[in-house]
Amino acid sequence: MIKGQTCFSSGALKTYSVLLLFLALKAVGNSAMAWGMKQIPERMSMNPALYLRAMLEPFVAMGVAALILALLTRMALLSLADLSFVLPVTAVGYVIAVFLGKVFLHETVTSQRWLGALLIFAGAVLVGSTSRSTTPSAQEPE
Amino acid sequence: MKWVLVAAIVVATVLGDLLQSHEMKRAGEQSVSARGLARLLHTIVRRRLLFLGVACNAVSFFTFMALVQREPLSFAVPASSASFVLETLLAKFILHERIGTQGAAGALAVLAGVVLVGG
Repeated sequence: MIKGQTCFSSGALKTYSVLLLFLALKAVGNSAMAWGMKQIPERMSMNPALYLRAMLEPFVAMGVAALILALLTRMALLSLADLSFVLPVTAVGYVIAVFLGKVFLHETVTSQRWLGALLIFAGAVLVGSTSRSTTPSAQEPE
Repeated sequence: MKWVLVAAIVVATVLGDLLQSHEMKRAGEQSVSARGLARLLHTIVRRRLLFLGVACNAVSFFTFMALVQREPLSFAVPASSASFVLETLLAKFILHERIGTQGAAGALAVLAGVVLVGG
């Protein structure tokens, strides 16, 4: 559960601010990474040097930085709210990624892909809100 | 090829998560039995698992870079959600946790979604 669940408490406001920051960082990170990686002529293989060199590409570097910040922000979010809240609300990220791919990276998104992303979102909400991962004994009534 | 990369991302992510969770439970135990040789052995095991966990995260991240180079972002990100399916399967068959109707329905929806996204 979210600490300070009453509507306009500062706790909830903080939680939702951190959530928005996380989604924004993830969106920027993924887009920059996808854009940057497509500028690199040589294909990534099992050679680690290729990946390190790829990180010199400015957009890839920006993507890596944003995704690291997103990871830290998610940890902060987990300190404010339960996993059963964090998993379902961050699942919207799957739909956001499809949107970003279409709008900013000019990818062709078929209606089948949209449907798939929506199904994934719904499924992740269902799986996430069952929250096996947080102290089950305290949460499940006997 | 794209499904091989997706599978690698999913396995590495889930394995990393499992190791992390294992690690945390061990850290909790350690405060009880933290003494002498036992403590030393404990720490070594912990560090190895910690190292493995970090390695899994790195593999997952680099594989995502390779996937996003070849495939559109609108495929790469939703496809990596297949980790929900693997996590649910592992929870049921390895950890013998009780998966409710809601969890099972959710995992099936994610699986169907991944298939549609890739089609």
